[in-house]
Formats: sequence, C-alpha cells, structure tokens
Amino acid sequence: MNQPMLEDSPYLPKWAEITRIEQLTESEKLFEMRLVSGEPLGHTSGQFVELSVMGIGEAPISISSAPTENDVFELAIRKVGNLTTAIHSSVTGDRVGIRGPFGTHFPVEEAKGKDLLFVAGGIGLIPLRSFIRFVLDHRDEYGEVMILFGARNPSERLFLHELEQWEKREDIIYLDSVDKSGPGWKGNVGVITTLFSKIHVDSSRTYCIVVGPPVMYRFVILEAKAKGIPDRQIFLSLERKMKCGIGKCGHCQINHLYVCQDGPVFRYTDIFDLEEAL
Amino acid sequence: MKLRLIEKSDLDLFVQNLINDYQVDGVKRKEGSFLYGSIKSPEELCLDFDCTVIPPKKYFLPPEETLFQFTSSPALQVTPVMESNPFILFGVHPYDIKAINQMDRIFARGVPDPHYLKRREAALIIGVDPTKVAPRSFWADMGAATVSEGFDLMLTDIGESFIVEIGSNKGRSLLEQHAKPRPATRNEARERVGIRSRISHICKKRGFAFPKREIPTLLEHSWKKFFWEEQASKCLSCGTCNLVCPTCYCFDVQDNIDLDLVHGERVRRWDGCLLHDFAKVATGENFRETRASRYRHRFYRKGLYLFRLLDDMACVGCGRCASACLPDIADPVNLFNKLREDEK
Ligand SMILES: Cc1cc2nc3c(=O)[nH]c(=O)nc-3n(C[C@H](O)[C@H](O)[C@H](O)COP(=O)(O)OP(=O)(O)OC[C@H]3O[C@@H](n4cnc5c(N)ncnc54)[C@H](O)[C@@H]3O)c2cc1C
Ligand code: SF4
Ligand code: SF4
Ligand code: FES
Repeated sequence: MNQPMLEDSPYLPKWAEITRIEQLTESEKLFEMRLVSGEPLGHTSGQFVELSVMGIGEAPISISSAPTENDVFELAIRKVGNLTTAIHSSVTGDRVGIRGPFGTHFPVEEAKGKDLLFVAGGIGLIPLRSFIRFVLDHRDEYGEVMILFGARNPSERLFLHELEQWEKREDIIYLDSVDKSGPGWKGNVGVITTLFSKIHVDSSRTYCIVVGPPVMYRFVILEAKAKGIPDRQIFLSLERKMKCGIGKCGHCQINHLYVCQDGPVFRYTDIFDLEEAL
Repeated sequence: MKLRLIEKSDLDLFVQNLINDYQVDGVKRKEGSFLYGSIKSPEELCLDFDCTVIPPKKYFLPPEETLFQFTSSPALQVTPVMESNPFILFGVHPYDIKAINQMDRIFARGVPDPHYLKRREAALIIGVDPTKVAPRSFWADMGAATVSEGFDLMLTDIGESFIVEIGSNKGRSLLEQHAKPRPATRNEARERVGIRSRISHICKKRGFAFPKREIPTLLEHSWKKFFWEEQASKCLSCGTCNLVCPTCYCFDVQDNIDLDLVHGERVRRWDGCLLHDFAKVATGENFRETRASRYRHRFYRKGLYLFRLLDDMACVGCGRCASACLPDIADPVNLFNKLREDEK
C-alpha cells in the first residue's frame, strides 16, 4: 500500500451561499450560488455537483450556467424527493454543501469550428443550457447552431425568457414542441423527433448533443443517424442513481463504467453496444 | 523467501504479547460458526476455522461508518471522521487477503477514499493457511489458495509448529518483538508446500467444469438468455449474497440528525445490488427493475465488469454466498457451470 494518503475526505462538501432563487415552473426552481471561499467552481459544461443539505442528504445536480459566468453558478432543480424538496424551501442567503464538479463534459473544444445540433427533452435542457450559453458567448468560434427542445406540455417549459431570446436570434435556429398542447399554446405539438424534419444539417460537420429522459435517446439517435450525423459526433448525458460521485459506491455502474466518473457525458460510439446503457 | 518457525506451545505467548500492545481481532467460535471479533485472551483465538460468516471487509468498510459530523447552528460546520487506530487482524485466509487486495485497488483508484485507506493502513494482517475447507468453498479453483502480498505475516500449521512467512517490515518487527521465532529448516519449508497442496487438493473437489479464464467470454455471449430469468425466479432480493461477499463493497450514503436538529452525521452503509431499489431514482425509473436483471448484474460484475478493471475476477471462491443464500441460487460454481452447459 504505497498510494498517497489524502487527509481530505472526498465526501466533505464546500459551502456555497444561495444568492438568487427564481421559480422556473411549478416544480422547478433556479438557484444561483457562490462558493463561500470565493473561488470559482471551475466546471466545464456537462459536469455536475453533489448538492447537500445537512441532515437531509445529497443529490447529483447538473451545473446549468456556463463556465464563463464564473464567480457564481446556477443549478436548476426539480422537486421530486427529500433533498430536492428541502432545497426548494431554502431562501436567499442559506448555505448548502457542494462537492465537485464531477464527471465528463460536452465536447466544448472538439466541436469548435463545427456545427452544433442540441436536442433537449424536458429537464435535459438544464445541463445543455450550460453548453448553449457557452456557445452563445463564443458564437464566432462555432458554425451553425440549432436547438431542438421538447417538453411534455407548455407548463413544463423551463427558462422561458431565454427560449424567447433564442427564438429571436438570427444566428441560431431554435425550434420547440410539446407532446400535449395546453392553454395559449400556438407552437408545434408532437414528440421531439418530429422537429427533425424541419431542419437541414451538414452531417459530416455536425455534432449532435442529446440530453433527455431515458426513453428519448433511442428515438433521437435514430433521427440523428438518419440525418447522416456520424456516430462519433453524437454525445449524450446519462442519468443514473448516484451516491458518491467518485466511482466507489457502485450505484451508477453500467457495465465497467461509472456514470459519475466515466460519464455523465458519453460519446455514442463508446456506449452504443453496452448493455443497460441506452 | 525467509521462513521462520514458532512452536505451537509458544503461540499463546505470542498472542498474549500482541494483546498487551495492540487491539487484536481474530476469529472466534460461536455456536458452531466462526466470526471475527475482539480477542481478549489467547484461548479465544481460533485458527482452525473453515470460513467465517462475514468476511474481514467489515474492518475496512464497516457496515455503517460516519464520514463526517456536522453542526448547523450557530454556524454550519463539518468535521471529517477518519479512524486509523492501529490494530491486528489475526487469522485471515489467503482468499480473504486476495479480496482485501482487490478492494485496496478499488478504493485507491481514481479519487482515493481515505476513510477506507486509513483503516487499511492501520491494520496489521496476520494471515493463516486454512486447515479445513468449508463445504461450499472453491478458492483453490479461483487461484486464491495462496497469496504473495497483502499480509504482514502468514502462518501455516505444520503440526507441532507454525511456519511464519514475513510479508512486510512491520510484520518482521512484530514477530521479532513479540515471539521467539527461529529460522525454518528446508524440511520444514517443504512441509509447508506439502500441506498447502493437500488442502488445495481437497478444495478443488468443487470448481468449474471448464477453465475459469473462459468466464468473461462466456458472459460476453450470455446477456440475453432466458437462463437468467429461470435462475432468478427463486431470488428473494434479500441482498444476503452481497452482504457476505468479501468483494462486494457498494454503499449507500445517508444523513442521521439528532433530535436537537442541530447536530448530525453523514454515514455510509453497506448496500446491495440485489436489493430492489438499488438503481431506482427519484422519478420512479428503476434501471434494474427486474429480479433477473439484478441477479444477472451480480454475476456480470464479478465475472466481467470488475474483471475489466482488475484483470481478475472479483470472486475469490470463499463460498459464503452459496452457504448463505436461502434458495441456494447464489453459488458461482453452480451458476457458471450451468451457464456453460446452457451454451452448448
Ligand atoms: C448527473 C445527474 C445530473 C442531474 N441533474 C439534475 C438537475 O440539474 N436538476 C434536477 O432537478 N435533477 C437532476 N438530476 C436528478 C436528481 O439527482 C434527482 O432528482 C435527485 O437525486 C433526487 O433526490 P431527492 O433526495 O430529492 O429524492 P429521493 O427520492 O429522496 O432520493 C434519495 C437519494 O437517492 C438518489 N437519487 C434519487 N434520484 C436520483 C437520480 N435521478 N439520479 C441520481 N441519484 C438519485 C440521491 O442520492 C438522492 O439523494 C440529475 C441526476 C444525475 C445523475
Ligand atoms: S441470490 Fe440468494 S442471497 Fe442473493 S438476493 Fe437472491 S435470494 Fe438473496
Ligand atoms: S461471489 Fe460468493 S464465493 Fe465469490 S467471493 Fe463473493 S461470497 Fe465468496
Ligand atoms: S455515484 Fe458512486 S460510483 Fe458513481
């Protein structure tokens, strides 16, 4: 046993202070935070943190802000269980625990100079938003940018203000759809794959980045392949149960991979033939 | 390799000397089974056990352990808890040492886990060669009859005395300061070889009907088989096979909070991939919803997934899972032999 002994427990969180809270939908809130130590979080788009409230527990949450907005970072959280409910009842000025950032990131560098096709289903937009915002901040470093967003119904659409801005921009294509229409909805109705017929891609130079619920991947990947996008230019982010974030607890295991360390962002060619991945 | 020898009549004194200076844990007999526990006097220590119910992993990864304590008022504060009190683990069979060696690599790879590693470093391991084979053991077929590392001292009963192999400098000084060893003669060393091969021979009565190195490839081709559903149909999803396995280390993390709602601790607990909710997330999605998928995962993990990380199967052949599983469907020997049959 001659590996270096670290005194610091990797399970110990750093403190972050909540600086702003915004209600996004009925069940999602956005939390802007800052590390109390003053240091930047230092993430790359696609990574996540383990967020904790002492006495309640921890949960993996994607970082939704771009790395460029560095002294603060944003998490958007859906209220579903213990930790997420506790965080929803917190107020500005409260302190929470943060570990990370953890995991792999989107091909931020690799896709420079290339076209980007973002495909977000539901709260999959939360991690994708980080990359999208980064790209919009560095617009001239990327080629065509297309964003497809699908939500179950109009009331579940997040970041409404940003969606509106994206729709207005001339230098990107933004399209969205809802599975089921609702009051006041005048846009597309249908599952997200129906949007693919409305776009044209220069397949060899397009990177397709997909984040959504597990059921969405298979169908979206078929569409991307039908467009001729090479498998190795398709990236996706997988969700799994997580308890440690550092490849130890075994909860996120798919085959020999640990989603918390080897993912959550995977290149399609690295996982397409892995059982239990998609 | 320099081997030493201590007379059996001197063993009690050795153990007593260790007890005087260290916390000593070892195997004790309790109502017909063998359990690791604290040794307070030499008579308590049992060295001719076949297999303990729970493996020694509990010393490095306790069933429940505090990662840190917290206080939420007046200011948020956390204090990490890392235990590293030196102790001696007296009487660990080679297959269990092999499992500990694997676990060392897991907890050191990538982001190291100091909670585990500190406990591990604080331990002095005195191994002992088995003199009996448990009914379901197959460690000889798993290449775990002997180990070349992972112990400080290794004892072999050769009748009137124990051969002692020194595995580390710490082990050497422990032996020299607490016992009266003499160098083993060449004949005595040869006796050790003979004894080891005799016990291995007995253990080899159980094993695979085909070379075990074929198991990873066998698994690569067996994913979709109805076989798994058939085998798992009796599974109770009780997780006992995980609990008793020396190479299972998955854990859950939870917070405990005191009644004052101010003080508390974050703890980790053994978890098991056979339990229904192991891969279930808050939205209700369960990535291993069926019994068969969880049952299959365990064998894939042992025979293929961890094989890819460790270059060795994550099963050392102790047979604990086989003896502990109520419907008797957890035994790797039976399972892989059947799977191989099924392939034909
Ligand atoms: C990489 C990653 C990024 C994520 N990003 C976001 C995000 O940006 N916004 C968001 O709202 N949700 C996100 N999730 C889902 C979020 O982690 C779960 O909703 C959350 O863990 C539920 O915790 P809870 O305590 O409220 O629920 P409970 O049901 O009380 O869960 C108890 C514990 O189980 C584990 N757990 C439960 N569900 C999940 C899950 N889906 N994934 C992983 N562990 C789980 C956690 O350790 C959790 O604390 C992400 C999940 C992953 C894996
Ligand atoms: S295989 Fe046996 S021990 Fe394991 S969960 Fe099923 S019934 Fe329990
Ligand atoms: S799988 Fe069974 S036989 Fe193999 S190491 Fe684990 S408990 Fe022992
Ligand atoms: S979250 Fe624990 S291993 Fe990935």
